[in-house]
Amino acid sequence: MAGSGSIRDTLEGAWRPALFLLGVLVLWSASTALGWVKPYLVPSPWAVVAEFHHDGALLAKHTEITLFETVVGFVVAVAVGLAFAVAIVYSRTVERTLYPLLLVAQVIPKIAVAPLFVVWLGFGIAPKILVAVLIAFFPVVISGVAGLRTVDPELLDLSATMGAPQWKTFLKIRFPAALPQIFAGLKVAVTLAVTGAVVGEFVGANQGLGYLLLIANGNLNAPLLFAGLIVMSLIGIVLFLLIEIAEKFALPWHVSRRRDLLA
Amino acid sequence: MTDALRFDELGCTFRSKRQVTVALDGVSLAVAPGEFVSLLGPSGCGKSTLLKIAAGLVAQTAGSVTLLGRPVREPQRDIGFVFQRAALLEWRSTRKNILLQAEMRDLPRARAEERADQLIAMAGLRGFESAYPHELSGGMQQRVALCRALLHEPPILLMDEPFGALDALTREQMNVELYRIYRETGTTIVFVTHSIPEAIYLSNRVVVMTPRPGRIAEILDVGLPVERDYGTTMASPQLAALADRARALLGASAHQE
Repeated sequence: MAGSGSIRDTLEGAWRPALFLLGVLVLWSASTALGWVKPYLVPSPWAVVAEFHHDGALLAKHTEITLFETVVGFVVAVAVGLAFAVAIVYSRTVERTLYPLLLVAQVIPKIAVAPLFVVWLGFGIAPKILVAVLIAFFPVVISGVAGLRTVDPELLDLSATMGAPQWKTFLKIRFPAALPQIFAGLKVAVTLAVTGAVVGEFVGANQGLGYLLLIANGNLNAPLLFAGLIVMSLIGIVLFLLIEIAEKFALPWHVSRRRDLLA
Repeated sequence: MTDALRFDELGCTFRSKRQVTVALDGVSLAVAPGEFVSLLGPSGCGKSTLLKIAAGLVAQTAGSVTLLGRPVREPQRDIGFVFQRAALLEWRSTRKNILLQAEMRDLPRARAEERADQLIAMAGLRGFESAYPHELSGGMQQRVALCRALLHEPPILLMDEPFGALDALTREQMNVELYRIYRETGTTIVFVTHSIPEAIYLSNRVVVMTPRPGRIAEILDVGLPVERDYGTTMASPQLAALADRARALLGASAHQE
């Protein structure tokens, strides 16, 4: 089942994207070395590597801030999102009142309201976290509601014949049954949270990767700009992988069955 | 002695926006403690609905139902219920699926675990205690569901076409084992099926039901010896005669349509 086999599979699966990335690097290197593109538009990969070396401390400082905003935003989005999902599934009234409003809240472009949050909450990290929460919240609610609803009605009947109280039915049947869908939502949400934090920083900040990117852009410092972009992507990828690992631990039954289905 | 289960002039009508369906009409039946009674009929004759009414999962629209002498008004907990699909929790092993019954009822842990191990041995599930449902065959999944339904030693077991989804050979095997378990535990069993030989082999009485509206056509007294070898019983002239009678009753209802 899951374990050494899946790690081996991951390594076996990694060579294709690695090869592709290597190809891109070679092409990138060549085009800058041969002068096809101007270095202030696209720096050479070696310039970017050198940038990591020079400004490592600077990048680390701003990364720490963006990472903090992202993680706090994500955690709050998950807590609030799941609470909403439970309320919606258990109460028709809440569903009728909140569901349409949620949709409205989702279609309002968060990027457009970000400046408003700066006016309300100032230049600190609070408005960035708020944008991250708002942008990551929706997939959590949607996957939570879908997951909690997919429970087999026979399992609820079974629980009734066991004389189980509502909270036990939720804890032992409904919630675990919903977890595969909830995890799918969490994976989407965590990558969106990074976007939210950076967008928040674009609007008004004096720290964080979004701020660093704006400064680099203003100074035509292409290597720093690219370094910033790479770090942002890495944050998203690492957080995504952490959720996948958590999923493997929380749902060994689901992960192994999914592997069976794919095989 | 109080009946284990009793229906009096029971009726059940489902209303949707487009139509009114009479699922059950004028059903009266008394099941004695320790009896094995099968509800036999084609799909749509209301036999599953009848079982769910007994469990308090569906409310009747006419008549009354009493379980162990008490009127049924809400989901009953003095029962074990086995569904057509095993209804196991995919994220729990065999043993933990069986112990769900104890967790939901707050039964003492040590006693429940001991009982679960006995049931696992009785149902031939030794060696599969830590397997997840998707690693088990359909027959094994139903055995787990049966163990779960028996964990709290219920005075009455309600089974809703539990072997309907199994292949013919597994089904025969499950019939033999269920009969053995019935003999060992002495639990009252009400068993829904659409298989004529299955109903006769297992039961003391077979309730033959006809559809639209769901009614009892006739109640057959099986009268086979208590010790029932599967092969001998299947080949016996008594079973053939009873099966003919059941087929005639079910066929007659098909002709009316």
